[in-house]
Amino acid sequence: MSEKILMKGNEAIAYGAIRCGCDGYFGYPITPQSEIMETLMELQPWESTGMVVLQAESETASINMLYGGAATGKKVMTSSSSPGISLMCEGLSYLAGAELPCLVVNVMRGGPGLGTIQPSQADYFQCVKGGGHGDYRMIVLAPASVQEMYDFVDKAFSLAFKYRIPAMILADGVIGQMMEKVELRAPKPRRSEEQIERECGSWATTGKKPDRERNVITSLALDAPVQEQFNIKLINKHKAIEENEVLYSTYMTDDAEYLIIAYGSMSRIAEAVIDMARSEGYKLGLLRPITLFPFPKKAIDAFTDRVKSILTIELNAGQMVEDVRLVVNGRIPVNFYGRYGGMVPSPDEILTEFKKSIK
Amino acid sequence: MEREKLIKEENLAYRKTPLLTDAVMHYCPGCTHGTIHKMIAEVIEDMGIQEKTIGISPVGCAVFAYNYIDIDWQQAAHGRAPALATAIKRLNPYKYVFTYQGDGDLASIGTSEVIHACNRGENIVIIFINNAIYGMTGGQMAPTTLLGQITSTTPYGRRSDLNGFPLKMTEIVAKLDGTCYVTRQSAHTPLAVRKCKKAIRKAFENSMLNKGTSFIEIVSTCNSGWKLSPVKANKWMEENMFPFYPLGDVKDR
Amino acid sequence: MKEEIIIAGFGGQGVLSMGKILAYSGIMQDKEVTWMPSYGPEMRGGTANVTVIISDNKISSPVLAKFDTAIILNQQSMDKFEHAVKSGGLLIYDPNGITRHPARRDITVCAIEAADESAKLGNAKTYNMIVMGAFLKMKPILSMENIIKGLKKSIPERNHHLINANEQAIGTGMDKVKILNKI
Repeated sequence: MSEKILMKGNEAIAYGAIRCGCDGYFGYPITPQSEIMETLMELQPWESTGMVVLQAESETASINMLYGGAATGKKVMTSSSSPGISLMCEGLSYLAGAELPCLVVNVMRGGPGLGTIQPSQADYFQCVKGGGHGDYRMIVLAPASVQEMYDFVDKAFSLAFKYRIPAMILADGVIGQMMEKVELRAPKPRRSEEQIERECGSWATTGKKPDRERNVITSLALDAPVQEQFNIKLINKHKAIEENEVLYSTYMTDDAEYLIIAYGSMSRIAEAVIDMARSEGYKLGLLRPITLFPFPKKAIDAFTDRVKSILTIELNAGQMVEDVRLVVNGRIPVNFYGRYGGMVPSPDEILTEFKKSIK
Repeated sequence: MEREKLIKEENLAYRKTPLLTDAVMHYCPGCTHGTIHKMIAEVIEDMGIQEKTIGISPVGCAVFAYNYIDIDWQQAAHGRAPALATAIKRLNPYKYVFTYQGDGDLASIGTSEVIHACNRGENIVIIFINNAIYGMTGGQMAPTTLLGQITSTTPYGRRSDLNGFPLKMTEIVAKLDGTCYVTRQSAHTPLAVRKCKKAIRKAFENSMLNKGTSFIEIVSTCNSGWKLSPVKANKWMEENMFPFYPLGDVKDR
Repeated sequence: MKEEIIIAGFGGQGVLSMGKILAYSGIMQDKEVTWMPSYGPEMRGGTANVTVIISDNKISSPVLAKFDTAIILNQQSMDKFEHAVKSGGLLIYDPNGITRHPARRDITVCAIEAADESAKLGNAKTYNMIVMGAFLKMKPILSMENIIKGLKKSIPERNHHLINANEQAIGTGMDKVKILNKI
């Protein structure tokens, strides 16, 4: 059995990066996620795996460093929190437009503006629907434990490279700052130059070889028909992701008459709510989307035929609930409860709201 | 003499480098982008580094540079080329990495990225085309536009009280400890081209010597934007640009 | 077994590190643990608190409104958390600097003069271990062996020469804890 280490969610991201063969991290400090870069600098992976770690001059530079690195076929990542992600949205659009795989970690804090450094889920729209300009999506994974912070780094890179698309780990201050035990999986080495050439040589700028045309990474297509063809390609890619990569989990749903839908830290709090409600005789269950894009539409659709009502709980003013309502399409009541601005509700508080919602 | 007999290897006086593609350039007649592209292509050919070179094109007139030089290219968001180059070089230290940027891209929206890449001493080459105007978007004021110069957003001439002063990027980056070679060149005469090509070669060679960033400003014309004939534009450049942006090496260590 | 603990006091009292040592000791005893801090400007001298949960089973919510145990080290925290202790639960506090002492009679209330005791030990840095000792005396949920293991995991190797002093401080806390209200 491998060693179990007590660490913060943010530290787990750093360990996950080094141990999944990440080639480079480029970032800029912002609370509540600065431990990610601090841990990387402490661990000095350039001495062990050869991973590059660079503190950039801004989030804008960081995300464009990802563009440069990803365009050479390397596994590159950055991390930030809400205001920093806003700055990165331009770059994310370019990365999506150039079909580049990369990983961005967002440890969300309350906003808008400079807001608060306390936990929030108010970037759901920004990260799941786009954020930058143009029609694009990212694969968005929402971890609910420190172990998942570690595990999702590798998972996100795999998906990003499988589809040549930016992937995001969308966490919040609770998951970033809390400590839990983490089992470190066996480390994967970084890919060799030959391996990168084999896997990415058809598109990556690894230097023009005599036996191939030059590779150009760009998101520019001035001709509208050409751009439309590219948009259709992206739409098909998104469809394939929605078809194949949906992840969700359920808790106590076999006999559920009522359903809570929550992701990330809120799904952890919701589990406690379910236990408390069950002890009072309410048949309440939980559906936790693990991927926010692709969204578990089919699973929610199936529950719509089985439960009396749904309560969506989020650390925001009601964002994911819109996606739930699109699936449910008016068939049963979909209620919402949220806290904002860095406030995190206790299980007791949510239980009270649940009882109100079914009156 | 018959044409077929004339075309022989031993009679070859000049040949276009094969690194310059046959794509028809979109640049205006009189523009020196094409000349500068050719110099870069020739340096890459001379050094035999086609397989090891990655270029980064900007947003601006040179956005399509990737259509003209037969190497792997990345096209950057406006101003961000030095950030891309930083990561490419750090992740691929045995590659030659250069950015090709205009004055709007490098000296306006991308000031932060270029200053910090130079200050970190990234082992990259930065080629900065300064023609004192936004060409691609139709002749607006650039940060390097001279005082009194007429552009579409300074129709009565640039005024320091309204528009600030022209920015001397080359002198600024020369002050940074991370740069090893900073020079200002032009490409408007055969002699200037020979000097400029030498500077480009030196900059590319520096990028494998772990000495820091090489920065080449090439003072250029934009006869379309300046609304002058190519010949008059060259003369205007000599009379107005060169006194303010003097040619020559600013730093070489 | 499931123990839900809030530790609250000033930044600099070792609140977060005490929580970390408890959590790490829990791991050494094959328990599930979570450690959830209040974070931010508190790190620089304001109030700091941390929720630690140690359980035989998988832990759901790391955020709680009610606790089995509250360890309270300043007045602001007393005001905030006295009423967050579950009925029948435990409140441990350091009377030093407390102006309004706990009034509840439905919980066990203990005092530990940790500031005084750490001064007697001649090492103010053992303050939090004295408090932890008091807690472990009242709730012996972790073995001393695993606590020492947890200590070793939690503090950097360069400070391992301080393990003995910390062990001694834990012993002091166990000896000196006073029960003010027993239920």
